Amino acid sequence: MAAQNCLVTNDWICGEYLRSRSQELTDATVQHIWITVVSVAIGVAVAFPLALLARRSRRFAGPVLGLTTVLYTVPSLAMFSLLLPVFGLSAALVVTGLVLYSLTILVRNILAGLEAVPQEAKEAAHGMGYGPARLLWEVELPLALPALMAGIRIATVSTVALTTVGSIVGRGGLGNLIEDALPSFFKAQVLAASVLCVLLAVVADLLLLGLQRLLTPWTRIRATHGGAGAPGPVKAV
Amino acid sequence: MGVLGEAWTWLTTGANWSGESGVAHRLGEHLYVSGVALALSCAIALPVALYLGHRGKGGALAVNLANVGRAIPVFAVLALFMVSPLRNAGYIPTIIALVLFAVPPLLTNAYVGMTEVDRSVAEAARGMGMSGGQLFLRVELPLAYPLIMTGLRSAAVQVVATATIAAMVGQGGLGRIITAGFNTYDTPQVVAGALLVAVLALLVEAVLVGVDRLLSPLRRRRPA
Repeated sequence: MAAQNCLVTNDWICGEYLRSRSQELTDATVQHIWITVVSVAIGVAVAFPLALLARRSRRFAGPVLGLTTVLYTVPSLAMFSLLLPVFGLSAALVVTGLVLYSLTILVRNILAGLEAVPQEAKEAAHGMGYGPARLLWEVELPLALPALMAGIRIATVSTVALTTVGSIVGRGGLGNLIEDALPSFFKAQVLAASVLCVLLAVVADLLLLGLQRLLTPWTRIRATHGGAGAPGPVKAV
Repeated sequence: MGVLGEAWTWLTTGANWSGESGVAHRLGEHLYVSGVALALSCAIALPVALYLGHRGKGGALAVNLANVGRAIPVFAVLALFMVSPLRNAGYIPTIIALVLFAVPPLLTNAYVGMTEVDRSVAEAARGMGMSGGQLFLRVELPLAYPLIMTGLRSAAVQVVATATIAAMVGQGGLGRIITAGFNTYDTPQVVAGALLVAVLALLVEAVLVGVDRLLSPLRRRRPA
């Protein structure tokens, strides 16, 4: 009965807990992943046109950057509760809050990436008869990809962490397990859910890094020649 | 619109501001916890970052630390403290969690600020006979100041905003107004609490922008 014992004595690490509640852990992890993926995907879909708009004219840049920055200062608990009258207790509420947060990081990174595209590259494409749409898709976007992917990585990692707060409305993935375990001081569950959450963030980051490498093969060639491919410091948000 | 009106009524009702769970007491707790956490974070992060920046080494560590820090949910850290013996230690769990949260951005910004100081300027200062200490105090620190303050500002705002999460594990602060409203299905109170925290975060940002302007070393230097 040694295995049963760790649940009774409330140990931090408990194999029996992992075995008996594996279904619960899997469900929570799956919920966590889809909330994160949907939030970041919608975030990118919204941030991209916003960044294009901000780039197009200074009149849009100020309000777009200002608004997304202000949104970022709203506390997550407050954000979820402010959206409560609109969405009720639903996953849409958590996703909307997370999308609003990711916008700050994504818009800034996409904008920085597009603005760093060398003028000569754009002029060369113009000279070859590229229209604005083709210029964007075939020249600017690939060159801005490293900055864009850096933004997506930061947004994803912080979204994984923030999703736990969604447990206030019962849609927090692994956060739900943590909140359920609190009143009874269930150590094994709090620790397991917390560790899984950090692991999820690390795995997502590595996957995105791999995707970035696949999408930008030219940066690797440059790196082997001069070692200049090292990423710059990530901007603190 | 109805909810916002009711939230306003809640905020302007004097009874909601007094007592153990009133706004005034919660605001005090919130400011105390955030202030101590921020002061501790600065005491830890800034000397390390400034020293590493002065030597020009250890940057990868600072930047990676900041990225790892982002992956750690404050809620999970707090929950871990609350199921450990630390739960009886008053505000300490919240303060530790917030320090862990605030150190990475402070460290990265201060370090990047120091290393982005133009090397030729530093070399010129050396050539004029400045010692390492003089170079640090009179050249590097003033030039790195804007980025250090940017880091401090974003850390302060994030700490104030994140201190709300303490309420989810039963600790004090303005978040308690939100969670209390949640538990009694009192939506106007929830919205009122959310507004209070958001306004406080923006106020802190505004105050720090003011402090920044007053202290800026480049601004003080008047043309002779």
